Amino acid sequence: MPSADAEATEETPVDQARDSLLDALSAELGDALVASHRVPGRDLWIRLDTAAWGDAADYLRNRQRFRFFEWLSAIDWLPSPFGRSHGAVVDEVDTDDTGDGDDAEAAGPVTGANGFTGGDTRFQVFARVYSLTTGIGLTVKADLGDDLTVGTWTGSYPGADWHEREANEMFGITFAGHPGLRNLYLPTDFEGHPMRKDYPLMARLVKPWPGIVDVEPMPEAEEGEPTTGSPDPTAPPDVKGVGTEGPGGS
Amino acid sequence: MTDLADRRQMAYIAAQAADARVNVELEAEGMNLNIGPQHPATHGTLRIVVQLDGEQVIAADPMMGYMHRGYEKLSEVRTYPQVTTLINRIDWLGSFANEVPFILGAEQLMEIEAPPRARWIRTVLFELARIANLTLFLGDMGVQLGAVTPVFYAFRDREYIVNQIEAVTGGRFHPNFDRIGGLKDDLPAGWIADTKVALGEIRDFCDQMEDLLVGNEIFEARTRGIGVIPADVGLSYGLSGANIRGSGVDWDLRRDSPVGQGQGLAYNEVDWKVWTHPDGDSFARYWVRLQEVRESCRIVEQLLDGLPSGPIMAKVPRIIKVPAGEAYVATENPLGVMGYYIISQGGLEPFRVKIRSASFSNMSITPWLLKGAYVPDVITILASLYFILGDIDR
Repeated sequence: MPSADAEATEETPVDQARDSLLDALSAELGDALVASHRVPGRDLWIRLDTAAWGDAADYLRNRQRFRFFEWLSAIDWLPSPFGRSHGAVVDEVDTDDTGDGDDAEAAGPVTGANGFTGGDTRFQVFARVYSLTTGIGLTVKADLGDDLTVGTWTGSYPGADWHEREANEMFGITFAGHPGLRNLYLPTDFEGHPMRKDYPLMARLVKPWPGIVDVEPMPEAEEGEPTTGSPDPTAPPDVKGVGTEGPGGS
Repeated sequence: MTDLADRRQMAYIAAQAADARVNVELEAEGMNLNIGPQHPATHGTLRIVVQLDGEQVIAADPMMGYMHRGYEKLSEVRTYPQVTTLINRIDWLGSFANEVPFILGAEQLMEIEAPPRARWIRTVLFELARIANLTLFLGDMGVQLGAVTPVFYAFRDREYIVNQIEAVTGGRFHPNFDRIGGLKDDLPAGWIADTKVALGEIRDFCDQMEDLLVGNEIFEARTRGIGVIPADVGLSYGLSGANIRGSGVDWDLRRDSPVGQGQGLAYNEVDWKVWTHPDGDSFARYWVRLQEVRESCRIVEQLLDGLPSGPIMAKVPRIIKVPAGEAYVATENPLGVMGYYIISQGGLEPFRVKIRSASFSNMSITPWLLKGAYVPDVITILASLYFILGDIDR
């Protein structure tokens, strides 16, 4: 494939850029850099110590020239106790382990070809910054302790203000030093944190999603099929429409 | 019509209001003014509470949430093909562009690549969504400043593009046409010729807008030097799209990301240019968007001339099951950088989807930007930042 050659030649300099960036980050951050993951030519993840989160923003913006702030949010790694991911890896892990579905450790960090997922604790904050000079985006994560408190990024990236307010109301995470941690979307007297996995989606509890009916009878058909299709530009035109008959396709 | 009691009531309210005005003038205290949630300049239901000192804003506090629909939560209980139906409704003027980064993210996790023809048609539809979206802005900016004519032209001429989108996808505003591994259908017969006619109409529309607004003394007086955003401030607030290119930052993900350059979208195949303006004011943002619509017409025309043949769908499993992993894909949408951070745990449904919508970050600069502005300029600034409420509240 001609495009494969082009990609290979293009990837090498980008990779070197990410490698040297990762070296610089680990040299500067030291022990605060808990883990990192790199997908060659595509993306870079780093996981920081919770205490280093707030200061990392200043370092990333002013020393590493990540001028563009993309977003900041949080993840709840608790496997959802309500009807959800049918056949997800996390479901299988959970039934083998304790079966009650409320221990976040069941879903440990998974590092695969596709990226970097999972955390040591239930809640994780993550943010993304982008460097216009190198064209590299960096996803930064930090596992949160039981107090769910982490430093604010608003000092270095003022755009983090609204993102932190959203993470605060949706996940209940406190950003120490934030100038005004009010609710952004929700009414002031709203109780609970809707994006947490144990917050029920009432519409689903009252009436199960009818789309699930389409999904259930099909697993035997799936056995024979490869789980991932390979791109095949020379495939005959009759492959058109494959996959559109799946759940929700029609 | 009204009886005596009603008239007395109204007179009482009027007197109270007059008293309130006098108090403000005498004591020179700050006055709180609600702009929205139903103000025409708010494109939906954005409410901005501005604290005024006379005519000048001393603090502005946008209140969102009137249209918060919780798409991030809803995505967690839907299969990947079902999620596209939701995310169509984020930026409802350029819906197809919302689908693309999500589909590309899922494709990246599944290691599927759409065939070349699908990539090209995706790019064509992506640009048509941009034209449909920005056309409305070009007219709407006029109506915010008191020039009513342009918006009628905008609605009239946008119809040409919306009709072309409908001819392919069946949906005028919510195409729901992009699929993991390709597209739902191929282009209908005769569509390419029709689209070229439609693009001609849009080119004429751009010329009309340039005649009507750019160079118009009132328009320039009300936009030049109003709402100036320095590039560095804009970047740290996460501004993107024409808002940051209007501040002289030469950055466009269509050109500067691997996704735009062949790994998903086919911008590397055509000859085009990223427009910037050094001023950073409302006029610059309008001017950049005007040029972008013209540039989009050029892109679409070139893509249609060189459309490769072949299948429009890669081989994908019947049931879309995405391997565990995380991927972030962002594209240059009509409103700015839009991206989806997809976390999969190997199921039919995403474990978590973080939606990075352009307007949310674009609007987060308003408390900073509106400080010191005069009340009429608030409307100019809001209009020139160009947000869609669905894109803020998600």
